[in-house]
Amino acid sequence: MSVLLPGTRREALQMLAAAPPPGAVPIAGGTDLLVHWPQRFAEHDRTYVDLSALADLPPLEWTADALVLGALTTYWDVIRDARAARELPLLAHAARQVGAIQIQARGTWAGNIVNASPAADGVPVLMAYDAVVVLESVAGREEIPLDRFYRGYKQLERRPDQLVVAIRIPRRPYAFQRFVKVGARRAQAIAKVGLAVTHSAGGWRVVAASMAPTIRRCPGIERLLEEGAAIRSPADLLPVIARDVAPIDDVRSTAQYRARAMARVLFHDVFRRTDGG
Amino acid sequence: MLQRREGLAKLTGRERYVDDLPLDGFFWGMTVRSPAPRGRVTAIRFGRDVDWSQFIVVDHRDLPGPNVVHLIEQDQPVLAAGVVRHVHEPVLLLAHPDRDELRRAVQAVEVVVAPEPPALDFREPPRPDQIQYGADNVLKHLKIEKGDVERALADAPVVVEGVYETGAQEHVYLEPQGMIASLEGDTVVIRGSMQCPYYVLAALTHALARDESRLRVIQAPTGGGFGGKEEFPSHLAIHAALLALKARRPVKMIYDRGEDMAATTKRHPARVRHRTGLTKDGRLLAQDIEVLMDGGAYVTLSPVVLSRGIIHAAGPYACEHVRIDGRAVFTNAVPFGAFRGFGAPQTLFACERHMDVIARTLGVDPVELRRINLIRDGQSTATGQVITDGADRVAVVERALELSDWRGKRRAHAAHNATHPTTRRGMGLATFYHGGGFTGGGEVYLKSRLQVAGLEDGRVEVRSANIEMGQGAITVFTQIAADRLGLAPEEVVIAEADTARVPNSGPTVASRTTMVVGRLVERACDDLRRRLGLPESARGDAVRAALRASRRRGVVGEAVYEKPPAINWNDTTYRGDAYGAFAWAAYVAEVEVDLRTGAVRVTDFVAVQEIGKVINETLARGQVQGGVAQGIGWALMEECKWKDGAMTNNQLTNYIIPTSDDVPSIRVAFLEAPYAHGAQGAKGLGELPIDGPAPAILNAVAEATGTDPREIPLTPERLMALFD
Amino acid sequence: MPALAVSFTLNGAATTVSAPAAERLLDTLRYRLGLTGAKEGCGEGECGACTVWLDGLPVNSCLVPTYQVRNRRVDTVEAADAAALEPLLRAGATQCGACTPGVVMTARWIVNHPEVLATHTVRELMAGNLCRCTGYDGIIEGIEAAMPAQAGRP
Repeated sequence: MSVLLPGTRREALQMLAAAPPPGAVPIAGGTDLLVHWPQRFAEHDRTYVDLSALADLPPLEWTADALVLGALTTYWDVIRDARAARELPLLAHAARQVGAIQIQARGTWAGNIVNASPAADGVPVLMAYDAVVVLESVAGREEIPLDRFYRGYKQLERRPDQLVVAIRIPRRPYAFQRFVKVGARRAQAIAKVGLAVTHSAGGWRVVAASMAPTIRRCPGIERLLEEGAAIRSPADLLPVIARDVAPIDDVRSTAQYRARAMARVLFHDVFRRTDGG
Repeated sequence: MLQRREGLAKLTGRERYVDDLPLDGFFWGMTVRSPAPRGRVTAIRFGRDVDWSQFIVVDHRDLPGPNVVHLIEQDQPVLAAGVVRHVHEPVLLLAHPDRDELRRAVQAVEVVVAPEPPALDFREPPRPDQIQYGADNVLKHLKIEKGDVERALADAPVVVEGVYETGAQEHVYLEPQGMIASLEGDTVVIRGSMQCPYYVLAALTHALARDESRLRVIQAPTGGGFGGKEEFPSHLAIHAALLALKARRPVKMIYDRGEDMAATTKRHPARVRHRTGLTKDGRLLAQDIEVLMDGGAYVTLSPVVLSRGIIHAAGPYACEHVRIDGRAVFTNAVPFGAFRGFGAPQTLFACERHMDVIARTLGVDPVELRRINLIRDGQSTATGQVITDGADRVAVVERALELSDWRGKRRAHAAHNATHPTTRRGMGLATFYHGGGFTGGGEVYLKSRLQVAGLEDGRVEVRSANIEMGQGAITVFTQIAADRLGLAPEEVVIAEADTARVPNSGPTVASRTTMVVGRLVERACDDLRRRLGLPESARGDAVRAALRASRRRGVVGEAVYEKPPAINWNDTTYRGDAYGAFAWAAYVAEVEVDLRTGAVRVTDFVAVQEIGKVINETLARGQVQGGVAQGIGWALMEECKWKDGAMTNNQLTNYIIPTSDDVPSIRVAFLEAPYAHGAQGAKGLGELPIDGPAPAILNAVAEATGTDPREIPLTPERLMALFD
Repeated sequence: MPALAVSFTLNGAATTVSAPAAERLLDTLRYRLGLTGAKEGCGEGECGACTVWLDGLPVNSCLVPTYQVRNRRVDTVEAADAAALEPLLRAGATQCGACTPGVVMTARWIVNHPEVLATHTVRELMAGNLCRCTGYDGIIEGIEAAMPAQAGRP
């Protein structure tokens, strides 16, 4: 294994650009990359670019129209930000369920995006807030809306020479916002179902985690909400869920349970609460 | 109150567990395991990318003695010899100085197995080609008979039936299994994490064909056991010893969590069928109970687990006609083994859940149902043991109801449930018991021996093979010895459990340490006092003076187990006094069920028990709270998932145990009716708390939701399926 | 495998250690620096037995590559003041002790940062330290007893 220790962001980008295929792996908090590390021989043979000491990556920053999370912004950084708790509360809700303080202190939002787990906790709320991924390489900058960032299971719109340097979240008033994580226990378990739902002038956003090979928006459910469709029971939602997502049986849950829990949560927490409103 | 004696060493990180011990010039050891649940090993292929000359390789041919891990039956090999009976069965051992290279080497060995049809579901009768043990894979069949069950059932006004299932449970001691073997002169010295140094010694004697004078087993501070370090450490000790003998240097084997969860024992899965005859107002007339347990691929301790399971199966109730039929069957699962409760949690879950099913069927209040049937002094258990301990079992229930505000809360819950759109609340009760010490003649057979010695510095030393694994043995033994001799706790030393220094006071299992072994501490103190020439009343300064005067002579007091005179057990008929004493308990769980997700949250828990005498309140309370939390996990979230005989969720990310945020504050109360033959009147406590939570919680869920759950863990997936 | 020289502040003292690039902080502490307080309970950041402080925040040292601590501050259980741990001892916060070093590091962090209790409960903050012995009551009560009087109580 080799580790490259860049001193500046520019150097990091150059290292990424210079790495032969399959490319170097940027590492920040390590909370995904180091899981069961001693057994992951294949990954010991790769090249890593350590971002953790870069002082010139953007920090968490509020601008007039956006909250910008930097490449190294952690869950804990957001949890401790009082303005985020007021304006974009789902960020902190999700961050507090990613894992315990030990994970919150190290795990980064950018890492959550590029790790591309279909069960990620940070990604659904970012997507429900219309976050934009800011990528940089020696060739320049590129911005991609998060809801177009995933092409398939663990497949991203990111070239190996690109680094996620920031995540831009627009500031806007929300009439409705909710994050629900269904896990095997209350605290820090990987999601069986994750749901982030928002409503703003931009419309409804319904984002599901652990329901498909990638985290994704649910256009059918969003349409029902836009139309103010009359939903009388969770069962009414099941056919729409079946079109929007494709849950599977795995070691954590079953496809049937996932669909039913999603329907019930949506029904009680979203459709019933927004009746006539 | 005496604080845990080794507590500050643990809190400051100074306590040295096996992987923390300084060790020079050693090799790491690892295990190559079977990839298949059943078959013949046709080849072992060593990958080309590894320089095998740098590795120590051990297989079954390297055993100096019989290829057997000595236990009840001599059926389990140390290393598979041509045949494998379960996934992860050890086939080869490797050692190397570098741990990473060793890990890669293990991956580079391919064990080729010609598969044979495995038996993987203990509930299904085996097909002929799956039979591997006797005529039907039944490895143990036990029966308890009292009265005439068939006639009583035929005559009963009401008969209620039910089938209940419990899943495997992983111990999740926080310190994984670990062992160091080294050669000191001609002696093989084992240091490691274990509950029973003398079990390890016996297994080494056998497999290494080496007499005890050339073997020494030392327990290192042990980071939790819960039964998981009862019989399993014998395997690891033999493995480490074989590698060390071949390498001629120390070998350290430390399992990582994945290997520990996949390859070591777990709680036996069980299915229990009840057929119960009752009067219309709920008096028990007949109990017909069938118990079926999955033993896994080798016998291990399954016969004894089954025994304790069936003895507890009828619950703490008086009934004149009882038949309990228990079978443990052989499958090709990784062998199941000792786990806190030892068969009783499975059968008591069934019994106590069934009591609530009966209550609902009959329209009787579940508290009333228990009150009228709880055993009273002078009545007998299923084995015919007449209970005369003076414990007030109804008072135990009353205290639990009072502490939990049973009546008030049930009214409040009814109001909540009538209006809340997505949550339901409920309360559940379980009343139960647990026998302390080995079953029947077990303690007589063990002939436990313990010493209390005067040291040169004027202190006394308790020499016992019973180990500290968190339950508090060091502190409790200190207290018992100090109290008995009138000394300060600092004047008592607890010897390291080293088979070269301490006599065999039996294994640290079966809730026996305080009650049975603690009593030996008292009697050895008495013997020491006699040998010092002191009268029975001598305490404190008189003892100190005599110890000072005698310190050159090295006076040693000793005690050997003696059966209390009134205890009689017949192992052939399974009749008689199964245990010297039972502890009695009533647990109340309050739950909130989320109808959206099927998630159950335990919002309050009250645990009341009568345990003879509380020796150290903080430790006793901690034992109960820990057992209850482990029970909450077993009841609601801890599920072993299997594929082709292998556990697929062998990670703490996917095998979920409760965190601090998943359990409520567990409220504990004790009642005391001293037991004449227990230390200071104490009865066993360690296992009792795992028996009650699962039925109390499922009874609460049943009450909250109107469903009828009969299987644990009651995961959200299972409960959701019951909602329709 | 190439070794890296990593300089950092360990329990207040400047330290330099040479470790392979693939090494985890947990292994460096335990097997290279002889600080065996932190334990490996799972190797996947679930159990918290390996908790240490990195720049003052609790982290799982099994998920930290050693090279990342260069020029940073690491504090381990070995630096804990025994007297300050008395409330945990009295409450029964330790039984088998395998989770304890990690529990102590998170507990001490909470005690040193009472302001976090304005938004979090002790039970939520301790959820990253699995304990199989105590049922958590002893730990929670011990932390509450160790908190500075009235500090940060919501």
